[in-house]
Amino acid sequence: MLYREAGQFKTTYAEDMAIFPIRQDRMAIAILLGIAFIGVPLLADFDIWPFGSDYLLRAILLPFLILALAAIGVNILVGYCGQISLGSGAFMAIGAYSAYKLGTGVHIPLAWLGFAISIPPLPVLLAILLGGLTAASAGILFGVPSLRIKGLYLAVATLAAQFFFDWVFLRVSWFTNYAPSGSVNAPTLDFFGLNVGTPIERYLLCLIFVTVFAVLAKNLVRGNLGRQWMAIRDMDIAAELIGIRPLYAKLTAFAVSSFIIGVAGALWAFVYLGSWEPLAFSIDRSLQLLFMVIIGGLGSIMGAFVGAAFILILPILLNRIPSELGVPLSTETITHLEFIIFGSLICYLLIKEPHGFARLISLGKEKLRLWPFPY
Amino acid sequence: MIGLGQFLEVLIGGLMSGVLYSLVALGFVLIFKASGVFNFAQGAMVLLAGLALVRSLDLLVAWGFPLWVAIIFGISFAAVIMVITAWLIERLVIGPLVNQDGLTLFMSTIGVTFILEGAAQMIFGSDAYPLRLFPTDVWLLFEDLFPGGILVNKLDVWGGFIAGILVAGLAIFFERTKTGRALRAVADDHLAAQSVGIPISWIWFVVWLAAGLVALVAATVWGTKLGVQFSITFLALKALPVLIIGGLTSVPGAIVGGLIVGAGEKIAEVFLGSYIGGGIEYWFAYVLALAVLLVRPQGLFGERIIERI
Amino acid sequence: MRMPDTSELLLQVEGVSLAFGGVKALRDVSFDIRKGEIRAIIGPNGAGKTSMLNVINGFYHPNHGAITFKGRTRAQMQPYEASRGGIARTFQNVALFKGMSALDNIMAGRTLKMRRGLLWQMLRYGPALAEEIEHRHRVEEIIDFLEIEAIRKVPVARLPYGLQKRVELGRALAMEPDLLLLDEPMAGMNLEEKEDMSRFIIDVNNHYGTTIALIEHDMAVVMDLSHRVAVLDHGVKIADGTPDEVKENQGVIDAYLGVAH
Repeated sequence: MLYREAGQFKTTYAEDMAIFPIRQDRMAIAILLGIAFIGVPLLADFDIWPFGSDYLLRAILLPFLILALAAIGVNILVGYCGQISLGSGAFMAIGAYSAYKLGTGVHIPLAWLGFAISIPPLPVLLAILLGGLTAASAGILFGVPSLRIKGLYLAVATLAAQFFFDWVFLRVSWFTNYAPSGSVNAPTLDFFGLNVGTPIERYLLCLIFVTVFAVLAKNLVRGNLGRQWMAIRDMDIAAELIGIRPLYAKLTAFAVSSFIIGVAGALWAFVYLGSWEPLAFSIDRSLQLLFMVIIGGLGSIMGAFVGAAFILILPILLNRIPSELGVPLSTETITHLEFIIFGSLICYLLIKEPHGFARLISLGKEKLRLWPFPY
Repeated sequence: MIGLGQFLEVLIGGLMSGVLYSLVALGFVLIFKASGVFNFAQGAMVLLAGLALVRSLDLLVAWGFPLWVAIIFGISFAAVIMVITAWLIERLVIGPLVNQDGLTLFMSTIGVTFILEGAAQMIFGSDAYPLRLFPTDVWLLFEDLFPGGILVNKLDVWGGFIAGILVAGLAIFFERTKTGRALRAVADDHLAAQSVGIPISWIWFVVWLAAGLVALVAATVWGTKLGVQFSITFLALKALPVLIIGGLTSVPGAIVGGLIVGAGEKIAEVFLGSYIGGGIEYWFAYVLALAVLLVRPQGLFGERIIERI
Repeated sequence: MRMPDTSELLLQVEGVSLAFGGVKALRDVSFDIRKGEIRAIIGPNGAGKTSMLNVINGFYHPNHGAITFKGRTRAQMQPYEASRGGIARTFQNVALFKGMSALDNIMAGRTLKMRRGLLWQMLRYGPALAEEIEHRHRVEEIIDFLEIEAIRKVPVARLPYGLQKRVELGRALAMEPDLLLLDEPMAGMNLEEKEDMSRFIIDVNNHYGTTIALIEHDMAVVMDLSHRVAVLDHGVKIADGTPDEVKENQGVIDAYLGVAH
């Protein structure tokens, strides 16, 4: 079917403001969701290659979904609100460790007051969401400096968050329930009595989280709050003079972004890793998320998915293609090659297309709309 | 109870490692002053320069050249690498991004960081390579004043000495030479500078080259102290808080900031570390920078900017 | 030409001085703006005109003096107070939100009028959607008024200068201001665009009764549009009155043509 919007008239503003105003787009997204929610589980169930193997679900789709979720969070802060963050990894860690503490029971002995605060282990879903809320509060705390400092200075402030929390989760053994190795195990994943164990169950769980949060995030960025964030990003002084309060706009961006990142962190720890150490949330993770956002597209929810897919798939391709061609590369060379390719791609995209692959896709769609005419 | 002698020893050790941060921070300041680019890649440049130096040095020594010849050729080789790097960065990345905002430029230097780290390790190897350019033994001072005296590493003294020469050289370069003047003009307003005939891409090349050479100098000292290895880039990240504390545009600020961070984190580690668990060094500099930002956003020596609309 | 129906003061600036280090941008300037009038501020480059607007909407804080707006006197305005109090503004160098469409730019001007919180917006359902649609209606009226229907979904960075200025005016109008500050609304425009812009300014003043203070270099435009003109030179007010009075003023002629001091 041709990609045309002729004949699709919008008679209300509500229709004009829909997420996907063009019918063909709506159908494409419906098909995609259908495949994701029904197709993949069916294929896996019937053991059809490559869906039958755990590898695809466990090593590709699961991290893809969770990192895409985190990238949505990063994109809200960096892409929409223009506040650079090098500390996303720390906020994932905060989400993960607070969810862990809440999921295994909190005990704070206040010896000098003669009593202790005890919270029994919470259900996993609640623990994950509260983990997100904890990350959001930390985000607000570290967002406060953004009211006084801008741009590059803020990068250093977020680095402070990154290194400080790295240290906290490594050294303060209360957070790891005094595990001697510093490595902790996630509680069993029970959701309303259902145990989420198999790869396909884990995949569906993450898919639900990602879908819900992507829709909520999309709603936010195309609403009044989203406009405030973008106004702050594009010209903060003018924004202030038309009545946008930088305090409110920036802190909500920090809060929403950290909440999503925190939930992603909890999922990463509970659902993907199972057991983990602070190293899982180091500055490398922060940079990786930032790269996803730049590659996928600053200021685009879809871009988060594109970027996450790219960053996960490239190393696999680098691993497979040369060895298929008979020139296997050493692991080290692959890592270095990855570095070079990511770096070059970042520079290239920043120069040629600051809105990343997402923008290239929408340009392609525009071309397709006019096809076969150039304009 | 900790004695004055031990305190002084910690202080001096801290100040000296602060000099190392200052060396890296100087490279940042240079580039920021001249192009408004906040260069995340400075640490990667230190790694690249260090690897180029140590690997060529090892090779020449293995071929049987006398050490002094090897050192001269090794340093020249590393310098040539930095020339090429500066030229490529200006040509391919910074030049095309000329009118972009600071955030885009900053992110592009993160891209450059990855390219340099990947390329440097791919070409020169990714192990830890020991470098022996400066003496690393210690002096024992004031033995009669304090019980046990104060230990001072000779390398630290060398580092301080080199940093001093570098700052003096840069000051002369900025204030006295024609290129230095052009550089300050470009920093103020590159469009205006261009319109009076200053070749802007040449200036930026010079700046990145200067930063590259500063990175080479830093690599000689750092490499001797820690060996040339990947983790250098993480230590170099500490130059960022150093800059924030000193003020982004100030050469003396980079030095003073480095000293404050170096001394501060060592003292904090020794005197506070025992109470809240060790490893404070890991984050102390960043949190200190955050505190400075909240009180004095332009840093200790930075200039306040009046916003216009 | 319609004269303002009232002589009630909307804004009064008294003895305002502003200095940046040693540079004195404004020296003891006093003037007022009456409700419903079009008030021009003119003067040679560097006379302090833009600084004056910046003081009025709180972007700069004066060293001395007082500002009375809607009967409340204060030493300085705050940007947020000013915008909430109904002062809107366009800028000398267009200050649009470059990454957003024309429509979103103007919608952003409605921020102060929108009440639904984060959670409602996140769901974008019921009251939140209704509010969004209601404000979209108001914004579409402005888009119609400014005749920019065709470009509403175009990112403003892609628009030509003249249209950007129009979108910026739209954003200011979306705030439904009581006082509209226009900083060189016609700079860099050709004759036709200037005529369009003048028409919009007169219409805004007539239809919505919005008080307007504008800075402009085109003397013909200033003399035709404004009810009263204040003249600044080197941060000092050297004349104030109707266009005709100002035109005759020897000090003004000297400031513009230059005299040997």
